[in-house]
Amino acid sequence: MQLEWDWNYTLDILPVLGQASLLTLKATLLGFALAATLGLVFALLRMSRLAPVRWSATSLVEFIRSTPLLIQIFFLYYVMPEFGLTLDAMTAGILALGLHYACYCAEVYRAGLDNIPKGQWEAAIALNLSPYITFRDIIIPQAIPPLVPALGNYLVALFKETPLLSAIAVLELMQTAKILASESFQYTEPITLVGLYFLFFSLIAAALTRQLEAWLNTRHGGAR
Amino acid sequence: MTQHDDPMLRFDKVSKRYGQHTVLDRLDFEVARNEKVAIIGPSGSGKTTLLRLLMTLESVDAGVIYVEGEPLTHMPQGERLIPASRQHLSRVRAKIGMVFQHFNLFPHMSALDNCTEAPRTVLGLSKAEASARATELLQMVGLGDKLEHYPGQLSGGQKQRVAIARALAMRPRIMLFDEVTSALDPELVGEVLKVIRQLGEEHDLTMLMVTHEMGFAREFADRVCFFDGGKMAEQGTPQEIFGAPRQERTRQFLSAVLETRS
Repeated sequence: MQLEWDWNYTLDILPVLGQASLLTLKATLLGFALAATLGLVFALLRMSRLAPVRWSATSLVEFIRSTPLLIQIFFLYYVMPEFGLTLDAMTAGILALGLHYACYCAEVYRAGLDNIPKGQWEAAIALNLSPYITFRDIIIPQAIPPLVPALGNYLVALFKETPLLSAIAVLELMQTAKILASESFQYTEPITLVGLYFLFFSLIAAALTRQLEAWLNTRHGGAR
Repeated sequence: MTQHDDPMLRFDKVSKRYGQHTVLDRLDFEVARNEKVAIIGPSGSGKTTLLRLLMTLESVDAGVIYVEGEPLTHMPQGERLIPASRQHLSRVRAKIGMVFQHFNLFPHMSALDNCTEAPRTVLGLSKAEASARATELLQMVGLGDKLEHYPGQLSGGQKQRVAIARALAMRPRIMLFDEVTSALDPELVGEVLKVIRQLGEEHDLTMLMVTHEMGFAREFADRVCFFDGGKMAEQGTPQEIFGAPRQERTRQFLSAVLETRS
């Protein structure tokens, strides 16, 4: 069998895939924004002084982490309407990605918060700072920078899982490539291009993460 | 509610336990307005716990602490005392500032920002007001040229002086010093003690310090309290405690400490 690469076909489908890639990027960025924010909320709830709050948050995180993302996507899109919540495919997809990765981010945040020395909390109490101000100005700004590499890894992981949204027919890259291929019966070009696209952006995201990490390390006079 | 003839601080049968271990045992203790009290004793004697209870870093198991006649961790409801609300705690706690053994500066903030954070967010000072106050205090502790330095760029003695300025920026009436020179290299101890001495002379502050610096306690304190095994074993003027201690335990402790120092 001989592998054929059709450059004309490649040029034909590039604009269509380019259009779809915007949707992939949108799902990634919105999904990750949700994951990063909600993850912090989960981590804070797990530190609550109220046992039921702590317990609920822990259970939710464990439950979501222990079930496949694909099932969660299906559940949000096909089952939630039974409970009166109808979402369009893109929204359901972003929500599922965000929720799923929020649970992984929550673990990262928890490690970061645990690493803040007890003396920082005590200084905040001695200065009479409210719990909100303590988190906003003292704890979070110290806890987050060391977590950038770990959060960056989850950004790339989430990005690489966006093809799962093709299962509920979101017209992201994978779904678009499948449609193109099924029309032309040429699979090599669209699927390869999609693979290259993911490779390219994963490398960019990793490089950006390293840049951000380096920048964070040089602040505060280079000494923390 | 606050009466002027109330002592600044009063511990009324205060106990603190960690599991089976009793760290403070029904302690009765009073401190007068502007009094400088040095607290000495072996480790595990409850002296640091006393400061931590005052700063509400630990909760009392029994008894009540009064600050200017007002209960600190409780509040009156009719005849009874109930656990304090957050507002009550915050209002009474505002009279107290603390300096820690390990400084506990905020490493991600400059010296100036360390000193403006609480005045801005708690007292509601404007950025300019808070900066002016902090600059003045940092100049007072001899760090007027280090305003924009981060803690990582300062020596231990400089960090501790920033920590003192940070606590003072909240204008407390009572300052607690918890072994503030213990983590410092010997040559840096003097600069911190100098600042504390200056504070005592120039400001109306009630000061409690847990210290191993016997020389400093002797010349600076109005009263020295010797703690042992969760109780105040002996107290008196520095002359009494260092010159003619009545308790055998105090004598043992002092001779052990002075021997290792010389």
